[in-house]
Amino acid sequence: MSNETVQDYVVAHGRAKSFYERFERKDELQHQTHFCPGCGHGTVHKMLARVIDELGIQDRTILVGPVGCGVFTYYYFDVGNISAAHGRAPAVATAVKRSRPGSIVIGYQGDGDLSAIGSAEILHAANRGEHVSLIFINNAVYSMTGGQAAPTTLLGQKTTTTPFGRSAANEGYPMHVCELLATLDAPVYIERVGLGDNRQAMQASRAIRRAIENQVNGLGFSLIEVLAPCPTIWKKTPVEAQRWVRDEMEKVYPLGVYCDRTKARMEAGLTQPAVAPTLDQLPGILGVAEADLPEGNAAALVADKPVDLQVRVAGFGGQGVLLLGEVLAEAGLDAGLDVSWLPSYGPEMRSGTSNCHVRLSRKPIDSPLVAAPNLLVAMNEPSLRKFDRAVRDGGWVIYDGDEFPADCVREGLHTFAAPFTRIADELGNKRAANMVMLGSLLEIASVLPEASVAAALHRMVKNPRWMELDERAIARGRELYRASLKEMVSA
Amino acid sequence: MRKQLMKGNEAIVKSAILAGCRAFYGYPITPASEIAEAAALYMPQTGGVYVQAESEVASINMLYGAASAGVRAMTASSGPGISLMQEGISYMAGAELPCVIADIMRGGPGLGNIGAEQGDYHQVVKGGGHGNYRTIVLAPHSVQEMADLTSLAFDLADRYRNPVVVLADGFIGQMMEPVEFPQAATAPHLPPWAVAGTAASRRNLITSLELDFDRMEKLQLKLEAKYKAAAERETRAEEWQTADADIVLVGYGIMGRILKAVTTEARAAGLKVGVLRPITLYPFPEAALQRLAKTARLFAVVEMSNGQMVEDVKLALNGSRPVEFYSRVGGNVPSQAEVLKFVYELARREGLAKGAARPVAEEERMAHV
Ligand SMILES: Cc1ncc(C[n+]2csc(CCOP(=O)(O)OP(=O)(O)O)c2C)c(N)n1
Repeated sequence: MSNETVQDYVVAHGRAKSFYERFERKDELQHQTHFCPGCGHGTVHKMLARVIDELGIQDRTILVGPVGCGVFTYYYFDVGNISAAHGRAPAVATAVKRSRPGSIVIGYQGDGDLSAIGSAEILHAANRGEHVSLIFINNAVYSMTGGQAAPTTLLGQKTTTTPFGRSAANEGYPMHVCELLATLDAPVYIERVGLGDNRQAMQASRAIRRAIENQVNGLGFSLIEVLAPCPTIWKKTPVEAQRWVRDEMEKVYPLGVYCDRTKARMEAGLTQPAVAPTLDQLPGILGVAEADLPEGNAAALVADKPVDLQVRVAGFGGQGVLLLGEVLAEAGLDAGLDVSWLPSYGPEMRSGTSNCHVRLSRKPIDSPLVAAPNLLVAMNEPSLRKFDRAVRDGGWVIYDGDEFPADCVREGLHTFAAPFTRIADELGNKRAANMVMLGSLLEIASVLPEASVAAALHRMVKNPRWMELDERAIARGRELYRASLKEMVSA
Repeated sequence: MRKQLMKGNEAIVKSAILAGCRAFYGYPITPASEIAEAAALYMPQTGGVYVQAESEVASINMLYGAASAGVRAMTASSGPGISLMQEGISYMAGAELPCVIADIMRGGPGLGNIGAEQGDYHQVVKGGGHGNYRTIVLAPHSVQEMADLTSLAFDLADRYRNPVVVLADGFIGQMMEPVEFPQAATAPHLPPWAVAGTAASRRNLITSLELDFDRMEKLQLKLEAKYKAAAERETRAEEWQTADADIVLVGYGIMGRILKAVTTEARAAGLKVGVLRPITLYPFPEAALQRLAKTARLFAVVEMSNGQMVEDVKLALNGSRPVEFYSRVGGNVPSQAEVLKFVYELARREGLAKGAARPVAEEERMAHV
């Protein structure tokens, strides 16, 4: 920085340290910016660079640039630079800051970028109270693309896409970003400043400093809206443009502080980030540490007996269709079998019916879809009628009902019907009907060791009252089927 | 190694964290929501970041930010959300940023439905965003592969500095199978190009903007060279009884599973059938197809789309062998019996069915989803 005395006052000029000496990322004219004379962007760039210098944060600073005339922040700022897609800087900044909380993340956006295409991103970043600082350049037009209307264009203002002047009827009213964001509870600091004259500019500089300082102090979201001249698009001289900011824009966009929770947040203190676990703790936290997994009861599985259970379980939602299948699959895994469990999901679940496919096999399972089951558990009549014809010849149907419907009987189909729900009710809760049916299924299939079933139940059912009931229910289901065999023999 | 029963969607998250992923940004959608739910549960416990974004547009741009800062990051969604992410995916490819995106496909264009479908092949494999770029695409067919390929996805994303998509369908996401995980977690590392808010990374720049035509051309040629290198090194496919196969069935994801079951039945009936299951959809296993074309009579592609991957099969075979196609869409799955019938018809037409028994499976009512 060099100071020279001109008449009776001192002009300070020179380049902020946070600017590159020479703009080498620029193709030509590397000693000057691409901004037009009198452009607000250039002024704000200087203010921002000074603040970065003053706060001593150059190495920590990450600038997230916009799409618009501010797109070339990385030409000038000797800080970490990321250029975001049009409007998305607040989303990008969110993630940068969350993952690198020690960095100072500054978003820089125009009014098309922020208040039109990126309106959702800014609103939600503000609402989450992201710990970032945002500089918002409001020049009432899309400058980069040649002067089209923005949400911030003034009523009556002519642009290339409002050739007759902005009309409230067609384009709505100028959007007040600070006022909108100030309705949220999270932001720490929101101020609108202008570049309409030197006094305004001084305040703009102070406000920008505050917004960044807040972040340095560990406080949350700050945004500074800058009413900025665009002489080229407005077709004004730099001086006229500056006046237009003060005389016209300021009327629609009053300057001032819209939100200031700095003090309250300072007093509330900072929350300390949780300490991350060590790498070797991760498998345990994720529940995938091999040492924590049960040994299983594969040894108890009857050797040589082929196992190929292809089960479909179907019923109403709330009957425990999926749980029945899960306990079965879990028990199969415990017994050292290959297993798969595939639920019906989504609206079917919500509309009240539910079903799942379960396979248990000694061999690796090819398809987890059970289109032709060898065992169907039908927990109600509609489910029976939906799936019974798909059951393979020689397969079984276990049905919750006093009698198996006569018209569903067919040759080669084994059936076992019992009033499972009523039986469960007698045991203490009709919602245990699924476990009574599982008991019968296990007895019919007679492949799984009891230890595996018990282990599966312990893994799946956490409530001890249910555990006790489910154990009784499974036992009752086994008994029911055994009793039916005796009846058959004696008949 | 001991295994545990787990949903595919949950396995993705656990595998991601073990692979060093420390940021998840997403927006709920069936049938992918369990991924966000698991991430919300585990990320904060493992030193990671979880944010439910305001949209998929925001999610992918948050990934852009996390990746720029040098963090392994992921998101998950289904067709409608992936559509919204396409702009961001293009930006990430252009800026050479790694990330992992899980697409758990659902049914139909528009809102469609939540049944399992494979209709996102074009938008994911061909790139639904603008410009000359590619995403590497991995297609798991089991819960174990959901875990394994997610881990691989992070390595590939870093190796090629490019987005990688794990493309699965609702079935693979929702089903539970036994799965095992590596017991040693990968440590997050800071890539040298990242912008991390440090003195060392201060001069780094992440952008996809390049005004100069020649430099932009060079950048795109560089991307192309990367994709070519990936094609040479990373292409994967599973072959199942293809050595002597007259008919090679081609399908990915859940279809690969069904085609294996079809193969077993068809072989029992005396037909020489095999399966080629692409595991990488981009790069596509062209060489494997071309090799099989030397011995196989014909190829039959089965998809849960109205004919998307089949185009790549045809391109790879370039007319050298007939390519037949069978599909169900809308949330329906081609059943084993249906596909078997299709295969028998092809076999009869080709004169391969001599000695092959007629299929016994009768028309079943597939009542699922
Ligand atoms: C998705 C998308 N749509 C449109 C554009 C074209 N575009 C580039 S800059 C811009 C407007 C910029 O205006 P503003 O944010 O007000 O910034 P200014 O140039 O006025 O500083 C537009 C529409 C784009 N880059 N991307």
